Amino acid sequence: MTDKATAGSVAARKDADRVAPAIAPGSNRGARHGLRRVVITGAGTINALGHDVASTLEAFREGRSGITQLDFRDVERLSIQIGAQVHDWSPETYFNRQQILLYDKFTQFTLLAAKQAVAQSGLNFEGALGLRSGVVLGTAGGGLNTWDENYRAVYEEGKNRVHPFVVPKLMNNAAASHVSMEFGLRGPAFTVATACASSNHAMGLAFQMVRSGGADVMLSGGSEAMLCFGGVKAWEGLRVMSKDACRPFSANRNGMVQGEGAGVFVFEEYERARARGADILAEVVGFAMSSDAQDIVMPSAQGAERAITGAMVDAGLNGDEIGYINAHGTGTAANDKTECAAVAHAFGHHADRLMISSTKSMHGHLIGGTGAVELLACIMALRDGIIAPTIGYQEPDPECALDVVPNEAREVRVDAVLSNAFAFGGLNAVIALRRA
Amino acid sequence: MTEEITQRIRAIIAEQAMLEPAEVTDEATPADLGIDSLGLVESIFAIEEAFDITIPFNANEPEKSDFDISNMGTIIQAVERLVADKAA
Repeated sequence: MTDKATAGSVAARKDADRVAPAIAPGSNRGARHGLRRVVITGAGTINALGHDVASTLEAFREGRSGITQLDFRDVERLSIQIGAQVHDWSPETYFNRQQILLYDKFTQFTLLAAKQAVAQSGLNFEGALGLRSGVVLGTAGGGLNTWDENYRAVYEEGKNRVHPFVVPKLMNNAAASHVSMEFGLRGPAFTVATACASSNHAMGLAFQMVRSGGADVMLSGGSEAMLCFGGVKAWEGLRVMSKDACRPFSANRNGMVQGEGAGVFVFEEYERARARGADILAEVVGFAMSSDAQDIVMPSAQGAERAITGAMVDAGLNGDEIGYINAHGTGTAANDKTECAAVAHAFGHHADRLMISSTKSMHGHLIGGTGAVELLACIMALRDGIIAPTIGYQEPDPECALDVVPNEAREVRVDAVLSNAFAFGGLNAVIALRRA
Repeated sequence: MTEEITQRIRAIIAEQAMLEPAEVTDEATPADLGIDSLGLVESIFAIEEAFDITIPFNANEPEKSDFDISNMGTIIQAVERLVADKAA
């Protein structure tokens, strides 16, 4: 319980949190003087919609859901039995026996996505480039399947011996380390864990490192493989999960649906990419993070808004230049109305003109990996002029009265976009991209 | 039996709200007692554990749940029903 004195200071802090409703025109233009430009030259993914970028974007265009009945051991003991699970996953197609013993599923997903991204970029990290390149990835649960399997072995089955690789397999930095080894990335390499904002925090840091000159190329994104008995059972406890579908912004939404998979991107210094004639997918232009400092699960509109406006200021973008926002859009009562309030307040009148969609309705909530897969929808918007829809939308909600691109993809040219991520713990991270 | 259920629920809610059980009146809503959404989820879990029942409750749409959380009186009635169903 909060005593009165503390309650008073919390109220005062909330008031101080309020930010101006719109960005002052051109407020930060020129402030990036001396900073390098950062572009995306490769992308890779595996998620419930497909095992690569092309099939994922096709699902976005078609508004197809990847949410199905879950299929794993003991699923019948769960009260939530749906999820956006990666189907037809055969690690032996990509990895040898020894690698499979060493790679948790979240590492397997990461490596597959990273290989696709690097292949698309055409980069080779041998020699000097490897010393100027690194990897920063997001994950919330790390090797959760490994924890789950081995707890089962020692507690349920009473075994007294576990495989020697349990620790190197489950550690949250395993994926980042294996990516660094796979490509010889000898610069900064680490993992960020900020629950549902992990990937956005990771990509934001990668962007800052390339922009500031700390690295020339960074692989970034994130991964999650939490769809196992323990992973879903833990989420059930909060009673925020839907038993039937993810319907973000729809008045009849009833919760989130978990997903799994990975997204990895190649962030490269612009002059370098241009000099070698790389195909530039999009430019990363801004990033901001904020903390609500308020509640471990309930989001704050002010905290979200500070990250949104912060990313635009960092990018030197005006509010009216943003054409599309990939929402955090979890489909919970709490997130969706808070996020819409934050966007409405941050953009003022322009909030009625921009588009905002939640692709979690299709690929589910990949928790620590979600921002990475969602960045693909941002790239599609900028590159192809196609806005991924919010599917499952059935009833307008007056508390989410924005253009949520209901159910069908839309062809609209947009020049700048944002990707929102607002995590449990009140940690917010927003990235701004611009058309190449 | 019913009186015992009532007293146990009052004790669980009182502990959550950091109040005396006598302060948990039938008319009190969770908000009256200072119980927020996370506190409510925690209370429901504690009641499930105490009575070994499963309470159908989704925090996203509490009003649509069969489990009426309007006030302590409705919560107690709903638990009594679930306990009776379990015994049947």
